Amino acid sequence: MREGRKSSVRLARQLPLHLLILPSVVCLLVFNYAPMTGLLMAFKDYKARLGFWDSPWVGMKHLHYMFTYPDSTQVIWNTFLIASLKIAANAVVPILFALLLNEVRALFFKRSVQTLVYLPHFLSWVILGGILTDILGNKGIVNQLLSGIGLDPVFFLGDGDWFRFTVVVSDVWKEFGFSTIIYLAALTGINLSLYEAAEIDGATRLKQTLHVTLPALVPVILVVGTLSLGNILNAGFDQIFNLYNPLVYREGDIIDTFVYRVGLMNGSFSFATAVGLFKSAVSFVLIVAAYRLAYRFGNYRIF
Amino acid sequence: MYRNTLGYRWFSGFNTALLAAIAVLCILPLIHVAAVSFSSSSAAMANQVYFWPVGFSAEAYARTLANPLFLRSLLLSAERTVAGTALSMILAVSAAFVLSRSFAGRSFYSWFFVFTMLFNGGLIPTYLVVTKLELTNTLWALILPSAVNVYNTILMMQFFKAIPKELEEAAYIDGAGYMRSLTRIYLPLSLPSLATLSLFAMVWHWNSWFDGLIYMTDYRQYPLATFLQTIIQSGDMRNTNIDPSQLQILSERTVRSSQILIGALPILLVYPFFAAVFRARVDDGRR
Repeated sequence: MREGRKSSVRLARQLPLHLLILPSVVCLLVFNYAPMTGLLMAFKDYKARLGFWDSPWVGMKHLHYMFTYPDSTQVIWNTFLIASLKIAANAVVPILFALLLNEVRALFFKRSVQTLVYLPHFLSWVILGGILTDILGNKGIVNQLLSGIGLDPVFFLGDGDWFRFTVVVSDVWKEFGFSTIIYLAALTGINLSLYEAAEIDGATRLKQTLHVTLPALVPVILVVGTLSLGNILNAGFDQIFNLYNPLVYREGDIIDTFVYRVGLMNGSFSFATAVGLFKSAVSFVLIVAAYRLAYRFGNYRIF
Repeated sequence: MYRNTLGYRWFSGFNTALLAAIAVLCILPLIHVAAVSFSSSSAAMANQVYFWPVGFSAEAYARTLANPLFLRSLLLSAERTVAGTALSMILAVSAAFVLSRSFAGRSFYSWFFVFTMLFNGGLIPTYLVVTKLELTNTLWALILPSAVNVYNTILMMQFFKAIPKELEEAAYIDGAGYMRSLTRIYLPLSLPSLATLSLFAMVWHWNSWFDGLIYMTDYRQYPLATFLQTIIQSGDMRNTNIDPSQLQILSERTVRSSQILIGALPILLVYPFFAAVFRARVDDGRR
C-alpha cells in the first residue's frame, strides 16, 4: 500500500521528464521506427492501389532475386569494394598527415595548414560535385595540365576504373583534414619527458616517432578503425550520386544509388526495399560488433 | 638535439613544402571555380581561366541573382535552415536534459534513441511514411524526418552531465522544478556548446539536398542545395520541366560556377568559427 503510493508520487514527480522527451519519442516512432516495420515490404509485392497491408506476401522472392540478378550482385560488389578502399585510405592518410604536421614547429604555419585542410569537410557533395565535374572534365583544368606535360587526357568520371579511383581519392581529399583532428589531439596529450628520455638513449627522430609517438596513437587508431567497420556498405551516396553518370554505372553504381533508381525512379518499391534491407541488416551486425570491439580495445562508449 | 642534424633539416624543409602543397591543394579547386565565375563567358568557354579571372565580369552573378527560381530556392533554404535548426535544437535540449537525469525510464529511453543509430528502415519505407503523411511539397518534409538528431542529443547530454549536481540540488531546495533548473541552470551554462551544435545543425540543413529532391515533386519548392544539384547534374532534369532555354543559361559555365559559389558562401562565412573550434580542440588535446 505504502509502496504503491510512493511509486505514484515518484511518477507524478517524474511526469515532466516524460513529457519533455515525448516529442522526440513521437518523431522517432514515426520517422524511424515506422519505416523499420515498413521493411516487411521486402517480403511482399507492394502495389500502391492495395496499400502496404493488403499487398500480397511473396516470401523470399525479392531477396532471392537480388542475389541472382547480375545487376544487383555487381552493385553489392561495387559498394563493398569502394567502401573498403575508402576505409583503408581514410585510415592511413590522416595518421601520416598528423605525424608530418606534428614535426612542424612554426605555430602560424601549422595553424594555417590546419585551417585550410579542414575546409572541404564542411562543403556538401553537391558543391564539391559541381567543382569536380568542372575541373575533371575532358576540357577541365586537370586534363589541361596533363596535356601540358604531354600526357593523354584521363576520363576521370567517364571510365569505370578511373571513376572508382576518383571517388576514393576525392573522398580522402574531402575528409582527411577533418579526420586528422582526433590524432592531433592525441599527439598534444603525449608526455614530453618520454621524448627527452628517448633522446638521452640516443634515439633519432624517426626512432622516437616509431617507439614513442605511434604507440601513443594506437588506442585512438584502434577505436577509429573498428568503428569504421560499420561503414563497410556505406560507399557514400551523396558523393557517387553527384559524380556518376550512365557511362560508369557498371563500376560505380552502389547499393544506395541503385535503391534510389530502382525504387523511386522505376517504382519497384518491394525489390528496392529488399536491397535496402540487406544493407541495413549487414550494417546493423557490423556496427554492433564494431561498438563491442571498440569498447573492448579502447573503452569507447557511445552512451 | 635531433633538430640540428643535417638529415632532419633536409626532412624539415621537404616536410614544410609538402604540407604547404597539400594545404593549397585543398582550396585550389574552389579558387579555380571562383576565378571562372568572375571571368567573361567567352574566356571561360575557351578554357583560358586558371586561378585568376580573365576578362573580369560579374555578369554571371547578375544573371544568377536575377533568376526568380534561384531566389525562391535561396529563400526556401533559409527558411528550412532556421526552422529546422530551431526545431532540432529544442528537441535535442529537452531530450538530452531528460537523458542526463537518473530516473526509472532512462535506460529504456536511451536504448530507444540509440537503436535508431544502429538500424534503419532505409530509403523506400521512409519515403512511403513521409508521402503517406502527405508532407510532400511542404516545409515539414524537410525538417520533421531529421528533427531528432540522436548524435547531437548524446553530445548535449554529455555536456549536461558535466554540470555539477550541487547546482541543481541547491535550486531544488529553493523550490525549483525540472523546467526551472533546465532553463535557469543547464541552458545558461551550456551556451557555448549550444551555439556550436546549432551551427552544425545549420550547416547540415543548408547542405541537405536529397530530401528536397525526393519529397518536393514541384521543382519550384526546391531548396537551394536541391536546385543546384539538379542544375549540376543537368542530365538528370527529367522530373523538372524547367524550360530548355532557361536551362541553357543556367548551365553555362560561368553561371554554373557563380551558383556553386553562392551555394558555398554561407558555409565559407561560418567556417572561420569552425576552424577556431577545432584548433582549440586540438590544442586542448581532447576529443
